[in-house]
Amino acid sequence: MFLYIVKRVGLGAVIIVIAIVLLYGMIHLIPGDPASIILGPRATPELRAALAAKMGLDKPFPVQIATFLVDVARGDLGTDVFSNRPVAEIVFSQLPHTLALIIAAITWAMAIGIPLGCYSALHRNTMIDKITGVISVGCITLPSFLVALYALLVFAVWLKWFPAIGAGRTGDLASQARHLVLPAFAIGLGWVGYIARLVRASMLEVLAENHVRTARAFGLPERVVIFRYVLRLAILPTVTVIGIGIGFLLSAAVFIEVVFARPGIGKLIIDSITTRNYPVVMGAVLASTVLFVVSTTLSDIVNAILDPRIRSSLR
Amino acid sequence: MTAAAIPPAPDGAIRGALRRLARDPLGSAGLAIVVVVVLSALLADLIVPYDPIAMNIRDRMQEPSLNHILGTDQLGRDTLSRVIMGGRIALEVALFSIGGALSVGLALGMVAGFGPRWLDNALILLFDTVRSFPTVMFALAIVALVGPSLRTIIAVIIVTSIPIYGRVVRTQTLAIRNNEYILAERAMGASMARVLAVHILPNVIGPLLILASMDIPGVIAFEAGLSFLGLGVKPPTPSWGTILADGLALVRNTPWLIVAGGIPLILTTLGFTFLGESLRDIFDPKLRKDL
Repeated sequence: MFLYIVKRVGLGAVIIVIAIVLLYGMIHLIPGDPASIILGPRATPELRAALAAKMGLDKPFPVQIATFLVDVARGDLGTDVFSNRPVAEIVFSQLPHTLALIIAAITWAMAIGIPLGCYSALHRNTMIDKITGVISVGCITLPSFLVALYALLVFAVWLKWFPAIGAGRTGDLASQARHLVLPAFAIGLGWVGYIARLVRASMLEVLAENHVRTARAFGLPERVVIFRYVLRLAILPTVTVIGIGIGFLLSAAVFIEVVFARPGIGKLIIDSITTRNYPVVMGAVLASTVLFVVSTTLSDIVNAILDPRIRSSLR
Repeated sequence: MTAAAIPPAPDGAIRGALRRLARDPLGSAGLAIVVVVVLSALLADLIVPYDPIAMNIRDRMQEPSLNHILGTDQLGRDTLSRVIMGGRIALEVALFSIGGALSVGLALGMVAGFGPRWLDNALILLFDTVRSFPTVMFALAIVALVGPSLRTIIAVIIVTSIPIYGRVVRTQTLAIRNNEYILAERAMGASMARVLAVHILPNVIGPLLILASMDIPGVIAFEAGLSFLGLGVKPPTPSWGTILADGLALVRNTPWLIVAGGIPLILTTLGFTFLGESLRDIFDPKLRKDL
């Protein structure tokens, strides 16, 4: 077990390093140098040279990559070209907004999706099961930014139940919560369907197992059988899938933050692309990639602890 | 994924599959939507009521009416015409990007499954790395570098989807490479290229095509999403995403743009999803568990 964890963490670390090299190497693969992209066409050669030197672009490529890796390891993601603030500071000031959004979304999706999946599994092939099935697939397919747009149009613009833009006043929890409702709804809707289907499938699998038959044979009330012996096992795949889902949630957050003009990593990246604030874009993309790799690694490890068969799959 | 997949279907099998598709209400609804969308994209030039990029400031921000069934936008362009043309863009992106990813993934996956162990390991590590980027974030990093364009979107989708196809092909190849009929053929001196083309390819292509058909909704939503962020097609080219972005920018004046840009996107993704699920159930129920 310990060996598996070491190997899996090692693989995660290797993936992060390769990802950084790819990300950073792209700057050089693409024609034109970053300094003139940032400064625009009217910059003087002196200005360009100065910025290139400041970004370390005048040194040979392997040296640049190595320096960059060391800097990243020390938590230094570079410097914002305009404000001269450290990129790491900017990214980490925006990250909590995105995390709050993601957590709110996945929480409500689980709160609805798990009972829905349970119900479907226990009433298999009834009309309600089939209808939830179709609606689930429909929800999974809907692009979340579209859900966000319609939610904004109906609940914020027409009905005026919820605020349309921003994240609420800092320090005012009630206002922040009100601002979170529509964005979290938009991201979570697809997950409701996904989780419902997942829980349904694993419930059906567990229901067919011997220990459930034994529990029933002992005359335990059905409620106890379901909650204590079936659901507890059936819920595990859901928990681990969410680890892998972080990447999709982060991607969805980009769109949602733009639709609702919320602060966060996604909004930061989009704004920085428009102003060609290159180091900030890369820093934010890097931070979210690391977050994603860490969460998939964690979910793999949790999975391996729960299910010994998986451990042998990593050569 | 163990078992070898479908053999190349003879005529009777195709007819049987069509009959089963017709019996599945969701599948046939999906097929109907897909046919309508594809036809309207192919015939777009003939059926648009107005020039989709012609501005007409005098008629701007008009509510839906008999003249403009879906209204006009802030530049007086006819929304219906833009929606129809946007469908063409969406399908173009899906066709080229999935086609590209499928071919490269097929080649790399067969190499990984059939080639030496070190190459297999290297390719798998590369696949895992590419998949470790959240797709949209990766796209944003690229767009930040090269600027937005349709070609950038297609390239990004190809790069990020190759690992998905590559992995499926690799597993299938590994599963059948040591079958006796292949060993026998190799013993008789058949070249590796012949084995790959004659035996492995037909076994792999079926599940791959089903996988591709289920990928289409995601790709269409991706194009619309990036265009919505202003990082996809360049104005004045119509895309469902840019129509939605125009609608959001003036949500209090032209909310019908959000409705008009969103409905076809919803219908198309649903149509392809239901059709894809139905095809998968008909041709290869085993795929359901593995993917």
